[in-house]
Parts: sequence; C-alpha cells; structure tokens
Amino acid sequence: MSGRTLPRFTIWRAIFVVLMAAGAYATYLRVRYGLGGVTNLSDQFPWGIWIGFDILCGVGLAAGGFTLVAVVHIFNVERYKPILRPAVLTAFLGYVLVVLALLFDLGRPDRVWHPLVMWNPHSVMFEVAWCVTLYTSVLALEFAPAVFEKLGWHKPLDWLKFISVPLMIVGVILSTLHQSSLGSLYLIVPYKLYGLWYTPVLPVFFFLSAICAGLAMTIFESWHSSRAFGRALELPLAAGLARVLAMLLMTLLFVRFLDLEQRGVLGLLRLNRTETWLFGLEIVLLAVPMVLLFRRRVRWNPAKLYGCAVMVIFGFVANRLNVSITGMEAASGTHYVPRWTEIAVTLAIIALGFAVFRVIAQYFPIFEERHRDEASAGQAPARETRANERVPAPIG
Amino acid sequence: MSRTILYDSTMCIGCKACEGACAERWHLPYDDKVAAETRLSAHKLTAIQTFGEHFSRRLCQHCAVPTCASVCPVGAMQKTSLGPVVYDAQKCMGCRYCMTACPFQVPVYEWNSRLPKVRKCDMCYDRQRAGKPTACAEACPTGATTCGDRDALIAEARRRLAAKPGDYYQHIYGLEVVGGTSVLYLSAVPFEQIGLRTNLPQQPLPMLTWRVLEAVPDVVSVGSVLLGGIWWITNRRDEVARAEGGKK
Repeated sequence: MSGRTLPRFTIWRAIFVVLMAAGAYATYLRVRYGLGGVTNLSDQFPWGIWIGFDILCGVGLAAGGFTLVAVVHIFNVERYKPILRPAVLTAFLGYVLVVLALLFDLGRPDRVWHPLVMWNPHSVMFEVAWCVTLYTSVLALEFAPAVFEKLGWHKPLDWLKFISVPLMIVGVILSTLHQSSLGSLYLIVPYKLYGLWYTPVLPVFFFLSAICAGLAMTIFESWHSSRAFGRALELPLAAGLARVLAMLLMTLLFVRFLDLEQRGVLGLLRLNRTETWLFGLEIVLLAVPMVLLFRRRVRWNPAKLYGCAVMVIFGFVANRLNVSITGMEAASGTHYVPRWTEIAVTLAIIALGFAVFRVIAQYFPIFEERHRDEASAGQAPARETRANERVPAPIG
Repeated sequence: MSRTILYDSTMCIGCKACEGACAERWHLPYDDKVAAETRLSAHKLTAIQTFGEHFSRRLCQHCAVPTCASVCPVGAMQKTSLGPVVYDAQKCMGCRYCMTACPFQVPVYEWNSRLPKVRKCDMCYDRQRAGKPTACAEACPTGATTCGDRDALIAEARRRLAAKPGDYYQHIYGLEVVGGTSVLYLSAVPFEQIGLRTNLPQQPLPMLTWRVLEAVPDVVSVGSVLLGGIWWITNRRDEVARAEGGKK
C-alpha cells in the first residue's frame, strides 16, 4: 500500500498487457487496411466472430443485469440485493464492450449513429440498434448510484430514486425485446441456417438462453470477485440462482428438443456432419451442468458451482457460434476460420472488460459490505443511510 | 409500370458482352482476368456462369418485396416503383445484414476499402428513368437478355415456352419465388441445374421477421402493465406486512 509506484507483476497482468498490445496492433491494421485486411470475411460469409461472439455472446452474457433487476426490484426478492450491483456493472460494461466491438465490425463505424435518425421499422437490426442504445443508457443510470454515492452527490441520487421503478421496467422490456431480437435476425434466412438451429421460435430460444447465460455469468462473476477481493462468496445466493438456472436449462433443453421433434428434423442428428457434432457439444455443455446443478451438493460447493457456471457459459457461446457460424457455413459454400487479428481484437475486448470491472469494483461501492461499511463510517451523511435502510436503494 | 429483365438461358451464347457493358456503366475495370471470374464481387456486378452446355447469368433479382430493403437498419436499400432496387451509399453504415439476408447472395462488399460500400446491380436505374434499356440488355447480341415492361415480358416468355415446348423447361423463374422478382429466367433444364435457388419459399421473406416485429408494441404495452402490476403487488405486500408487523 505504502509508496508503491509500480503495479505488482502478476501473471494476469502480464497476460493483460500482451492481449492489449496484440489488440492495439490488430486495431491499427483494421483502421489501415479495412475489413478485408484483417478478417477472413467474404461476400459469401459476411458475418464472422465479431458478430457471432462479440455481439451475440456479449449481449447474452450481460443478461444477468436485467434478470437480477427484475428479481430484486420488480419481484421484490430482496435477498438477492447484495449481488445486484455487480450484475448491473457486468451488464453495463458488457454493453459498452459490445458497442466497442461493433465499431470494429461495421464497415463505416463513423456512421454507427445512422439507425437512430434513418428509420426502417421493418428491420430487426433497426430495433436491436434502438434497444441496445436505450438499454445501455438505462444501465448507465442503474449503475450511476454507485458513482454518486462515492462522490457524495445526493441531489442526483434522490432524482434517480424517484425515476427508478419506471426505469427498471423500461430496462427489463428493452432487454426482453433485443435479447430475443438477436434471434429474430436469423428468421430471415430459413434456406441458409441449418435445420438444427433454424426455427420460427428462435427469438424465444435466444431470450431463454440469454437468461441462463446471465445467471451463469452472475455466479461466475461473484466467484471471481470473492477471490479477487478476498471476500466470502455469497454462497446461499449463488446456490439459489443455480437452482433457478437448472430449472431454466431444463425448460430450454426440453423446448428445444420438442421444437426439433415438431419440425421433424431429429433425423438430422443421425448424419455424421460437423453440424451434428457441434450441436452435440452445445447440448452437452448445457445438459451436464443442468443435471449437476439439480444436486444440492453441487450447488453448495463453490468450486463445483463455478465449474457448472463456466460450462453453461461455454454452452451458451457454443449455441451462438453455432447459429451465426456453424449453421451458416454449409449454405454459404465456403469455409470460415477467423484470422488472428479477429481473435486478437476479441480477446483484447474481453481482457479490457475484466480489467475495467476490477478497477471499478475496487474504487466504487459495488459490493454490499463495502457499501455498508462506508455508509456507517460516516462517508455518507445520516440522511442517506436512513433512506437506504427504509427504501430499497433505487437500482443497485 | 414496372420494369423487368428477361434472361433466356437457351439464347445465351456466353459471350459476356453484358459483363463488359455492365463494367463500363459502373466505370469498373474489365479485362480477361475479370471476365474469367464467375462470382459476383465488388468489381463485377453481373456474371455469366457455365453449367455444362448451359449458361446462366447472375445479377440482382430486384425482388418485388426485397429482403435487403427490409433488413437494412438505415433504409439504404429501396424498391423503386419503376422496379429496380437501389442502394444509397450515403446512408449505409456497413453492417452487411443485407448480404447475410439476401436469398440470392447478391450484395457484395468493398472489403479492401477503408470507406467501403455495398455494391450490387441497380438495373441501370438512371438509364431506365431516362427511358433507355439497361446496359446489359443493350449490349446483348442475341436477345438473351431483354429489358422492358413486366407484363409484356411475361407474355413474351409464355409465348416462347408455348412456341418451342421441347426447348424449354416449362416454367418461368421469378414469377413466384420470394413473392416474385423483377428478373425472370427461362431455361432448357430445371433451374437448379443452372445454379438458381429452388428451395426458397413463395412468400416474401420479410414476412418472417415482420410477424415478430409487429408484436413489439404489444410486448411494450402488455409488458409495462404486467411488470408495473407485479411491482405494485409485491411492494404493497411488503408494505402491508411491515404495517401489520408494526401494529403487533
């Protein structure tokens, strides 16, 4: 603590520096040579991992924010409040990083604002653009109390408290809309997307699986925070989320197979094709943690719980990549493997997310104990403390 | 009056005069190397393809209800009343959803440009507005590509099918596929044998997403009321519990 000028060297910091350096170089190449110079995209395969991973997975993994806001403040299950603020922060950072990734993928990033002024209500992408813009603003406001508390700004805090309930409802609705709409993007390609993934109910699956990913991400993030900040894991809460997660996974898997059966494409599973194996991988990565999480012993064991959360996250990522890449390849008549620069940008964005979360969590009241300690230590005036006890803090 | 292109594969000799005329009209370089390419690309907006002894021609189909225009978040693609689907590069932000969504895989991208645009055939919109035929139709030496009023060309196509039933596969491609297109094909063999997609629905594809987007206002209104109601009930329950707790 005292007089240290250089940050301590750790393996994680070294990895971070390497990833950021590679990302910076890839960014330079992207600006200098255009999309063709840094990606393996083509006229036959115009969307790669920047869409399939950075955008589709990024938005889904940030779904913990709206899920917990709904649970804590709309359904009033107050015991989950201690993990609400970190979940909102994860979501907010997630969306900011998604927009950052979008700037890499757009051919003309300087025109990213165009959908806001040039309307086409028939376009799913238009709806997603509006929802993501509005919801990122909502998340900024939902996270703002942490910043205002730290700075001791009470006027804006009162103001945010006043609008908090409508704001949360708007946030949940915007999330419902665009989480499902990311699936609707693919409704228009019935002849391109492979039968194991194309279904008219794709938006419903995207919504359900995003909630699963959001819950898994919240558990994942709680576990990491507990290690990073030497706090105890809020095990009862994480275990509670895990139980809900197991039930949602069961629902998701059940309706997915029901849909395959209804559409009469179960036979596709007998074909020895890449699609079949990657579909299998996706299902296994969701089914195994589902079975495990139904066991109390697993839910109440931090390491096993964490392992299950990671599996769900990977299963979710596999699903999104299957929809956006695996399932689109056969019809495109080409084979897409991302170039190193695409991967470098993606990894740099992930690393940035972890680092910024850590820094914010260190300096702002994100975790309940710290938050309370500071309040009782007199950093916040008595009036504020009382208000916090009486009314649930607006959003976080 | 809607303008249409009729391409008759049985009359095509594969001379690629249409390719050359198209490149000239767009001020794109055209040489033997480009002529040898069979794919659409940012420097080749129409292409003659060979399937055994048959030829086929790739170009924008100018759908009656274009998927590209429906998916474009900024409305850069528009179906004109004249028939052509035109592209406004000033609006385009380069999301490339039109490329992903196009059932005919027509829009192509300037991948190596720092300020890239989507490119595709616009059926010589400027020429057609001035009453002139498309550059490709004007250049075609055999009449395989002709351009004119849609109803007149459909009648002409039917006349050819009836006149030489043995020479033609008895269908016109483009009448029904994805709700009809402004480019029609005649062929000696079934259309999939000259590289045309025959697994497409007859219904315009934009209906698939519109059905979902239509529900957005309902989700917003029902959702707000529902969530507001749930909030009110759960909150009220807590208030009552607290008040009763206070009395005891």
